[in-house]
Amino acid sequence: MTLPTGDIEVVTGAHDAVDLDRLDGDAIEGRSPWQISWRRLKRDRAAMVGGAVAVLLVLVAIFSKLIESGFHLDPNATHNNQFHGGLIDPNTGLPLGSFGGMSSHHLLGVEPLSGRDILARIVEGSWVSLLVAFSATLLSNAIGTVLGIVAGYYGGWIDAFISRIMDIFLAFPLLLFAIAISASLQNEAFGLKGLPLHISVLIFVIGFFNWPYMGRIIRGQTISLREREFVAAARGLGARGPYILFKELLPNLVAPILVYSTLLMPSNILFEAALDFLGVGIAPPQSSWGQELAQAVDYYQSDPEYLIVPGVMIFIAVLAFNLFGDGLRDALDPKSASR
Amino acid sequence: MQHRRSMSGMITLAVIGALALSACSSSKGSGSSNTPAAKTGYNAANTSLVNASTNKNGTVKYALSSTPDSLDPGNTYYAWVWDFSRLYASPLTTFKPVPGNDSLTLVPNLATSLGVPSDGGKTWTYHLRPNLKYSDGSPITAADVKYAVERSNYAPDVFSNGPTYFNAVLAQNTPAYAGPYKDKTGGLKSIETPDATTIVFHLASAFADFDYLVSNPQTAPVPQAKDTGANYVKNIISSGPYEFKSYTDSRGAVLVPNPNWSAASGLVGAQNSKEIDLTFNQEQVSIDNDLMAGNLTGDVAGAGTAAASQPKILNDATLKANADDALSGALSYVAMSTKVKPLDNLDCRKAVEYAIDKVSAQNAYGGPNRGDIATTVLPPNVVGYTKYDDYPTPSNSGDVAKAKDELTKCGHPSGFDIGLSARADRPNEISMATSIQASLKKVGINATIQQYPSGKYFSDFAGAPAFVHSHNIGLIMMAWAADWPTGYGFLDQIIAGDTIKASGNSNLSELNDPTVNQLLQQAIQNTDASARVKAWGQVDKQVMDDAAIVPMLYRKDLLYRPPSATNVFVTAAYGMYDYLTIGSTS
Repeated sequence: MTLPTGDIEVVTGAHDAVDLDRLDGDAIEGRSPWQISWRRLKRDRAAMVGGAVAVLLVLVAIFSKLIESGFHLDPNATHNNQFHGGLIDPNTGLPLGSFGGMSSHHLLGVEPLSGRDILARIVEGSWVSLLVAFSATLLSNAIGTVLGIVAGYYGGWIDAFISRIMDIFLAFPLLLFAIAISASLQNEAFGLKGLPLHISVLIFVIGFFNWPYMGRIIRGQTISLREREFVAAARGLGARGPYILFKELLPNLVAPILVYSTLLMPSNILFEAALDFLGVGIAPPQSSWGQELAQAVDYYQSDPEYLIVPGVMIFIAVLAFNLFGDGLRDALDPKSASR
Repeated sequence: MQHRRSMSGMITLAVIGALALSACSSSKGSGSSNTPAAKTGYNAANTSLVNASTNKNGTVKYALSSTPDSLDPGNTYYAWVWDFSRLYASPLTTFKPVPGNDSLTLVPNLATSLGVPSDGGKTWTYHLRPNLKYSDGSPITAADVKYAVERSNYAPDVFSNGPTYFNAVLAQNTPAYAGPYKDKTGGLKSIETPDATTIVFHLASAFADFDYLVSNPQTAPVPQAKDTGANYVKNIISSGPYEFKSYTDSRGAVLVPNPNWSAASGLVGAQNSKEIDLTFNQEQVSIDNDLMAGNLTGDVAGAGTAAASQPKILNDATLKANADDALSGALSYVAMSTKVKPLDNLDCRKAVEYAIDKVSAQNAYGGPNRGDIATTVLPPNVVGYTKYDDYPTPSNSGDVAKAKDELTKCGHPSGFDIGLSARADRPNEISMATSIQASLKKVGINATIQQYPSGKYFSDFAGAPAFVHSHNIGLIMMAWAADWPTGYGFLDQIIAGDTIKASGNSNLSELNDPTVNQLLQQAIQNTDASARVKAWGQVDKQVMDDAAIVPMLYRKDLLYRPPSATNVFVTAAYGMYDYLTIGSTS
């Protein structure tokens, strides 16, 4: 790809006596924008911590089944039968013991009424919450990027048309729509049933209506990029629309796409939690962080630990992605002061 | 009838003694035997009237976690509506609105006395009180009672919710009566109204429980000129102490005192408040919180609080004093469809009976405060109950080995997939369903939980056999109370072959066992009471031999009454607070 502002590549063959700014004897090398950004990112501690935690959570989500079998965590095993080692007080339904039933066997305690292990349910729930958030982000991105680029580059009536569509989508009362759709597609639709259906519906509802946010940003960036010389140059060389869109403009948009994706992830995690909370997300016995939170809210007075654990998980995930996204934006933005 | 979460049960007089003991009244040991039971404290309303008051100026506020199946007295099958509808619809007889055992006594309401049987119990005659008027001032006549029975029992395409006992019991027209909306030729010949205050029912065969039968809201008069069929619910003409000021589907209703009703006429009821507000679709836990804060007068469903609210109430002395753990007379159970494969095979059904861990399910529902483990169809307080267990498991905790044996016998040794339906707005029921799902998983049966709203559970989903078959729903969460306090009143609608309906079905197992059908029919015609009692027990055993249901809990419900609620007591007839007398100080 051609660069709007090219870095000057300095080829050093012979080593001159003078080292310009290096004390360690390295040859002078120019760095690509990616390398510059990566260096800047590495220096941003908060972002690195956020990124590490985010990666850790993603790994937990991907390997959740392995982790469960490895640590003997069963998210669906109930422990509420007092004749078989029950962990629940039959009269109140609350976990026996303190801190919501925490013990060496159940590190984060157990749920009231059913006695299910909370740590197991959190691990099990991680893949649902993150998968839905991820896929919804991907869906928003795909639609938003394509439509944004097309609208920004072509302008004219195409831009007007797509922008009006964006306005319509932005005007939708998103939460109400999400509730309505999720509630009506609960049991069977489009040949899917049960968990795959619920997850697909969640991904669709969250991802499909959020694309204008990405779309607008990309459109704005495209408009500012299309007037640059490199685009004119490419056109002059005979490039047509699609080539320019996908080979010239898109690579320059990767930075904002990446940044806003990492910022969209946490809001999608929260949205999924909200839909579970409202009872239109996934169905029992599948666990998800939002589902756990929803069930725990009723117990906030009698068993607060039940509420704290999934709440903290969601908080950590959202914070991690936010920090990483912030740091990424700072690192990628050439105008922000480099350190 | 169906229970909203709890069932209102009709408890027979014979076993009321046990009931009285279960209500642990807090009389603090005064030696005199004349001291009445304490009128305050935990469980006080089980046996006595709490917070007596003559204040008639309060506003009573009720909330409901879903919508009613219908407030139309001819189209409802939920116990709470049968209780509540007496405020605006007066049936021929009703249950005495007094606390304790006495509330199972039938008293005449619209009629001047209980029915007069003749012709060996095949003809029943009632005389209406004279000069009664509807809320709009028009006179109430016997023809209106006849019309009410015709529209509720003979027009299933318009009204599918309620039971159809009258249709089964009354002598049929030839050709068969097509209902008042299709047949304009003068109605059912087996109900005669020789004059404006006399009504005579001619039955096809003797029916010993007829006075109980007419206590249900289907005999509340409906003026034919004002009947708009399915839309009548939006503008019900009242024959009770209250009339509708407004009604909005899915939102709620407001009732105000009916100026054309008076206690002096001898009708049962009272006008103890100046307004009654009913709000639908409130989330259960927020209803509980509103009750505890005093913002509501009652949870009209009468099915008890959500399990999550239970520890809050039971662990706080002040709140606990406002609660009553009422015996609801209902049975929570899992109905097994005998038509959905592979549960059409008896051994597969027996596998489910052995697999379920009932203790775990009981605790998931809310623990022993919510009910005792059940092993029979009839609860202990219905005449005919005999204690036995067809499918015993150690500590009622399930028997994986036996279940797997049965699975092998039925040809599915590694289990099978099946649907399990439950009501979405009842968190306790979902919790119990999840526990059952976990038990079944242990033997390889993969149950998928399908959730449906209570308001349409019986009309559109679990109670519509076509829907059940097409969605592979083999297991259905259900709760049921007697339609009246005898074995027949409990059993008929849920296990007799001729009660299976296309919509509003209560025989969720679709059981059609000739032995069961015959026993029931013979018994209800038998004038010998002890022979009837024996027969109910036999029917119970046969249904369990057929493994048509898995009995889970003999239900108790934790009800809550705020201090602002006046004249509150539990009626044994419906297993919840009697809505005829409740007022409010706010």
